[in-house]
Amino acid sequence: MVEQTFWDEMTSDGADARAVYARVDQWLRDTPPDVLAARRSQAELLFRRIGITFAVYGAKDAGERLIPFDIIPRVIGQSEWSLLEKGLIQRVKAINAFLTDIYGAREILRAGLIPSDLVYRNPHFRPEMAGRRAPHDIWVHIAGIDIVRTGESDFYVLEDNARTPSGVSYMLENREVMMRLLPDLFGAHRVAPVENYTDLLLNCLRSVAPIGSSREPVVALLTPGQYNSAYYEHSFLADRLGVELVEGHDLSVRDDVVYMRTTQGPKRVDVIYRRIDDDYLDPLAFRADSALGVPGLVNAYNAGNVTLSNAIGTGVADDKAMYTYMPEIVRFYLGEEAILKNVPTWRCREADALKYVLEHLGELVVKEVNGSGGYGMLVGPHATRAEIEDFRAKLTEAPDNYIAQPTLSLSTCPAFVESGVAPRHVDLRPFVLTGADGSRVVPGGLTRVAMRAGSLVVNSSQGGGTKDTWIIEDA
Amino acid sequence: MLARTADNLFWLARYVERAEFTARIIDITARLAALPKAYGNSGSEWESALSAVGSLERFNETYDTPDEASVIEFLIFDPENASSIRSCIELARTNARAVRTALTADMWQSINACWLELRNYEQTRAPFERMSRERIDPFLDVVKTMSRDFDGAGYRNMLRNDAYWFNRLGLYMERADNTARILDVKYHVLLPENETVGGSLDYFQWTAILRAVNAFTAYHWVYRQGIKPWLIADLLILKKEMPRSLTSCYDNLAHFLDAIGRAYGVQGPSQRHARSVLLRLENCEVQDVFQNGMHEFITQFLTDNSRLGTLVAEQYLLN
Repeated sequence: MVEQTFWDEMTSDGADARAVYARVDQWLRDTPPDVLAARRSQAELLFRRIGITFAVYGAKDAGERLIPFDIIPRVIGQSEWSLLEKGLIQRVKAINAFLTDIYGAREILRAGLIPSDLVYRNPHFRPEMAGRRAPHDIWVHIAGIDIVRTGESDFYVLEDNARTPSGVSYMLENREVMMRLLPDLFGAHRVAPVENYTDLLLNCLRSVAPIGSSREPVVALLTPGQYNSAYYEHSFLADRLGVELVEGHDLSVRDDVVYMRTTQGPKRVDVIYRRIDDDYLDPLAFRADSALGVPGLVNAYNAGNVTLSNAIGTGVADDKAMYTYMPEIVRFYLGEEAILKNVPTWRCREADALKYVLEHLGELVVKEVNGSGGYGMLVGPHATRAEIEDFRAKLTEAPDNYIAQPTLSLSTCPAFVESGVAPRHVDLRPFVLTGADGSRVVPGGLTRVAMRAGSLVVNSSQGGGTKDTWIIEDA
Repeated sequence: MLARTADNLFWLARYVERAEFTARIIDITARLAALPKAYGNSGSEWESALSAVGSLERFNETYDTPDEASVIEFLIFDPENASSIRSCIELARTNARAVRTALTADMWQSINACWLELRNYEQTRAPFERMSRERIDPFLDVVKTMSRDFDGAGYRNMLRNDAYWFNRLGLYMERADNTARILDVKYHVLLPENETVGGSLDYFQWTAILRAVNAFTAYHWVYRQGIKPWLIADLLILKKEMPRSLTSCYDNLAHFLDAIGRAYGVQGPSQRHARSVLLRLENCEVQDVFQNGMHEFITQFLTDNSRLGTLVAEQYLLN
């Protein structure tokens, strides 16, 4: 196994804390472990009371679990953030331009920059949407871009989430909990607030209502229901937005117009913030066995009578194969170099790359092109021989389904774990909102922590935790 | 608002109220069952508790004798009993989760806290362990606290719109049902035909009824005299100032239905029905109730009350 060194966001490999971390460092020195432990159990109690839980698919007696919460905040300076923010907005702009093009003129394919079968054979590409335009040409209103850091100013995009990214409720609730838990530490930092996220989201959703609808747009949040793993988030957001939380059977379509069933009869809906995948949206258009969707919804959408947020078919932009072309995509549509780097990636569909990957399986991370949630991936340095051989077989059989990346030296942050305060690997998911009047990112995001020592997998379904992310004025 | 949300809010309130009522019934039953025979302990108190919550038949399907241990198990923890406190809390929580957006954070937390406590009891308890009263009483208190918190948090913080009104409809409909049931059960057990009522042996039965509806103290403030069964009937059926009386419940039901009707600009069968039940209660004297037969009166009331449930569902919840 290869020894790797990791950049620590607090100490930057030195003995002294970096300037932005000075206060946290001092606080950690001043606070005995039993006080930290008390704060942690206080936090857990708060989360349980509020009912911030999630369901783990496939786990026995899964029911509801808490995502572990780490009470040590992650601190990022304003100047570092500004750079990130620019890069995020640029990236989402390019993604929207790409989707407009892919479902429109397809210039990028004609220019030969992307192999066309990568689009046409992509399971998330929706041929039904070809020739259609999204209101204001915005397809992705809410994007969650996963960022990893490997050094002082080295930020990489790990993954784009352009379908129904989740986790924003944790960003908001973690902050609330931290403010109650550590008011002094929080107050001393002057942290940029995130609480206006839901107002920005509401404005964003209202701004993309079907063009020409004269009334005050009515927004609803469509959830698969309370057994979905992210149900808490759906209800939380609907509540903060002040919009109805609807399930498929609360909606009906008549004459290509969407209505919700209310105590006063049907009421028209203009914008649906849907937290259901394309496949399940409408049994008449996509999966016929979907009990979650609304028959006729896609017709209403195509008739321009309702906006779906995010639009149908955005998945073609965020799969792991398309990801590898993002630098070209940014350059093609914006004429700029991408501010945020991509993790170097081998496309296993290319023979040379496949050969290299097969020779270096023990060092690489191999991912399924359409996988998510940390499922179906191989972390070479941590895998057993049998697991590696298993993946070798899969790769040889269907190389198109895989990409490979070097095991990134993800940065670490101090976390409070069983053994005390220790460095743990983190990533960051900021949320980019795009409405008719442009894109915004609230300063912060969801920081995910791999709570096990040495682990690089931060997904909550795989035992990852979260912590609050503080963007502070530069020291 | 969404019809489904209204339906959930309505049932949520019913489950919470029902859980509290069941807790109270267990309380008073334990009290009565602890009395010496000479003080009116009939020996069938636990069976009568089952009738009061309308679950006697259901009980007999799975259990043998209605002794304390099995009735408590059945009424508190049995997941197969759809009206057990456990089932009520779980259903309430499921409904609350489904309509979290329509509840205040405090309302949700009151139910969730009780549910966590229930889980705690279930996990620390050996299978079929007979729980001592010392362990059960604190749990019944938790249930009553939940109901009080839920109710209070709603009253203090909910917007006065249809979400609030539908929630209150569930509360008062269930409450009216509960009060009527305890009257009916105790009436049968204690007042055999042609016998003078209010003998000293019945004293503890009657005070138990007052305790079941949380009116033991209130009685004295209203009547300023010793416990008389017809006055208890008066208090629980007709006295508008008594919050669990049938009249008071219907006063509220009519009020909240009117609020909905006004807000929606349409009155319907449920408004008319609630008003007619209220009118009948308002124009009634306790002598009339006895004269025409209390059992008949209560049976009619229970039918009317469930009819109102059907009308509300048809008018609003099944859209």
